[in-house]
Amino acid sequence: MTEPILSVRNLQVEFASRRGTLRAIDGVSFDIAKGEVLGVVGESGAGKSVTGLAVIGLIDPPGRIAGGEIRLAGQRIDHLPPEEIRRIRGKRIGMIFQDPLTSLNPLYRVGDQIIETIRTHLDLSESAARRRAIDLLAEVGIPAPDRRIDGYPHEFSGGMRQRVVIALAICAEPELIIADEPTTALDVSVQAQIISLIKRLGRDHGTAVMLVTHDMGVIAETSDRVAVMYAGRVAEIGPVQDVVRNPLHPYAKGLMGAIPTLAGDDKRLQQIPGSMPRLSAIPRGCSFNPRCAFAFDRCRVERPEPQPRGAQSVACHLYDNVPAESAA
Amino acid sequence: MLAFTLRRAVQAIGVMFAVGIIAFSMFRFAGDPVNQIVSIDTSAAEREIVRKSLGLDDPVPVQFVRYFADAAQFKFGVSYQFRQPVSTLLMERMPATLELAICATVFAMVFGILMGVYSALRRDTVLAKLFQAVSLVGISLPTFLIGILLIYLFAVTLGWLPSFGRGEVVKLGWWSTGLLTLSGLKALIMPSITLGLFQMTLIMRLVRAEMLEVLRTDYIRFARARGLTTRAIHFGHALKNTLIPVITVAGLQFGSVIAFSIITETVFQWPGMGLLFVQAVQNVDIPIMAAYLLMVSLIFVTINLVVDILYTVVDPRLRATVGRAS
Repeated sequence: MTEPILSVRNLQVEFASRRGTLRAIDGVSFDIAKGEVLGVVGESGAGKSVTGLAVIGLIDPPGRIAGGEIRLAGQRIDHLPPEEIRRIRGKRIGMIFQDPLTSLNPLYRVGDQIIETIRTHLDLSESAARRRAIDLLAEVGIPAPDRRIDGYPHEFSGGMRQRVVIALAICAEPELIIADEPTTALDVSVQAQIISLIKRLGRDHGTAVMLVTHDMGVIAETSDRVAVMYAGRVAEIGPVQDVVRNPLHPYAKGLMGAIPTLAGDDKRLQQIPGSMPRLSAIPRGCSFNPRCAFAFDRCRVERPEPQPRGAQSVACHLYDNVPAESAA
Repeated sequence: MLAFTLRRAVQAIGVMFAVGIIAFSMFRFAGDPVNQIVSIDTSAAEREIVRKSLGLDDPVPVQFVRYFADAAQFKFGVSYQFRQPVSTLLMERMPATLELAICATVFAMVFGILMGVYSALRRDTVLAKLFQAVSLVGISLPTFLIGILLIYLFAVTLGWLPSFGRGEVVKLGWWSTGLLTLSGLKALIMPSITLGLFQMTLIMRLVRAEMLEVLRTDYIRFARARGLTTRAIHFGHALKNTLIPVITVAGLQFGSVIAFSIITETVFQWPGMGLLFVQAVQNVDIPIMAAYLLMVSLIFVTINLVVDILYTVVDPRLRATVGRAS
C-alpha cells in the first residue's frame, strides 16, 4: 500500500482551563489515502472539529497538541514553526468551515479573496490569478463566473457562498481537504449539491477529503471509510458499507439505529439514552459505559484499545475474546 | 444613493432650523438688546431710533424670519463689544480653530489607531499595558489640566515650545495659516496634543476592542485556514473591518473637538473661535454667541452627513441597502 496522504497517530489535544487540563482528543489514530474520503461522525463535542483543526494547525491557546503525531505525505506537521505550517495551510491542506455566511470577509470582493489566496501560495501574476479564479468559480458551479467574481459575499446565496468557500479551499490544489460540517448550515436541496461537488472535486483531483459531520446520511453517500468518534476517541473505524450495515461498537449501532429510513416500517427510531459526558467528567474505563446496554465490569475499569475486526477496527471489550471470524 | 444623500440633507436643514430658533431666542431672553448697545444716559427718543433702525419694533415672527434669512447668508449682525460684523470676526478666527482641530484629530487618529492595533495584537506585552494605563489618564484628566501640565513642562521648565499664541502666521487670501512657519508649527504642537488626547484614548480603546472582536470572527479563522500571512490578516482583513466604528466616532468627535477647543484655546490663548466665544460670554455679546452656536451646529450636521456617506464607501453591504432604498 502506498503511503497515506494523512496519517494521525495517537493524537492528544488538551485545553488548559481554570479547573485543570481538559483532554478533548485522547489517542486518536487514522489514515486517509490519496483520493479517499474519510467521514468523521459523532455527537456534538465528540472532538470531530478539534481533530480537523489540529491537523491544519489551528488549535489556539489555551488549547495545544499534547501528544502523538500528524504526518502529511510522510512529513511531520505537528509542532512545525508557525510560518512553516502557514505555508502548508491553504496550499497543501484546504479547509471548509460550517457557516458559509460568516466564512467570507464581507468587505472584500469574492474575486479579491480568491486572488489573494492564490497569490499567497502560487507564483502567479495578478491577471493569471484572476483567470485561475474565474476557472475555479466555474469549476465549483457558479454561473457567469467572469461577472460574479466582482461581487461581494452578501450578493451570493448561502449555497453559492459555500461554493466560493470550496473554491478558496481548493485554489492551490491541496492534497487534503478538511470539510468541517460543510452542509450543516445549508438547506437540504443545496446540501446534496455541495456534497456531490466535494465528492467530484476529490475524484477529479485525487484529493483526500476528511469530512466532519454529524449527519450519517451525508457520510453514507460520500465517504469511502468512516470513523465514529465518541468523547475524544475513535470508537470504530472501517469501510463505510461495513460500518453502516454491520456496526460493531454499541455506540455505532446506536447511531445507525437513529437513521430514519424511507422503507415504510413504522418502527420508532431508536435513541441512545443519556448524553455525552463533559470533558471534565469522562468516566473511567470505556467512556461510553454509562450509556451502554452491554456494559460489564471490565468496561468500568479498563479502557478498551482499538482492535482489528476484518476491515473494521473497534475499541470495545465485547470483542476481546471473540475470534475475528465470528464477529461479523 | 442620490436620494439617500438628499434625504439626509433635508434632515440636516431641519436640525439647523431648530438650532436657529434657539439662537434667535437668546436675544429675547437675555434682556432688551437696545440696553446692551446704548449707554446709560441715552434718552428714550434716541433708544427708539436705535430700536427702529435695528427692526426690533417689528413682530417677533418677522424678526425671526429676517434673522434666519440673514444667518443663511452668514450675516449675524454686529458684535456689541467690537462694533464689527460678527461674520468678519468669525472668519478671522475660524482658520486658527480649524487648523487646531484638524491637527488634533489627525494626531488622535494616527496615534489612536496605531496604539489600538498594537495593544490588540500584542495584548500581554508591557507596552500594551502601558498604553492602557496612559489611556486611562487621557480619559480621566480634564483638558485644562493636561494643557497646564504641558505648558509647565515644555514651555516653563524646558523652554522648548511657546506657551501661548499661534506663532507667525502666513496669509493665503483670507485664510491665515500657521502651518508654513517654524514658530507656527511649534505653537501647534501642545494645543493639538491637549485637544486630541481625549479623542486619541477613545479611538485607541475602540480600535483595541473592535480588533479583538474581529479577530474572533469566522472569516478571520477562514483567512488563517487559507494560509494568508499574519500581516495580510491583521492589516488587510481585520483592520478594515475595525475601521467602520472608528470612522463614526472620529467623525462625530471632530465636532466635539471644535466645541471643546473653547477650553484649549483659553489655556493656550489661541486666537480662534473658542476664545472669541469665551470673551463674548464674559461681555454678554449675544450676536457672537448666537452665531457661534449656529456655526458649531452647522459643522456637526455637515460632519454627520459626511460620515453617513463615508460608511457606504467602506462597507459594500450598506451600498446595496442604500441603493435599494433609493
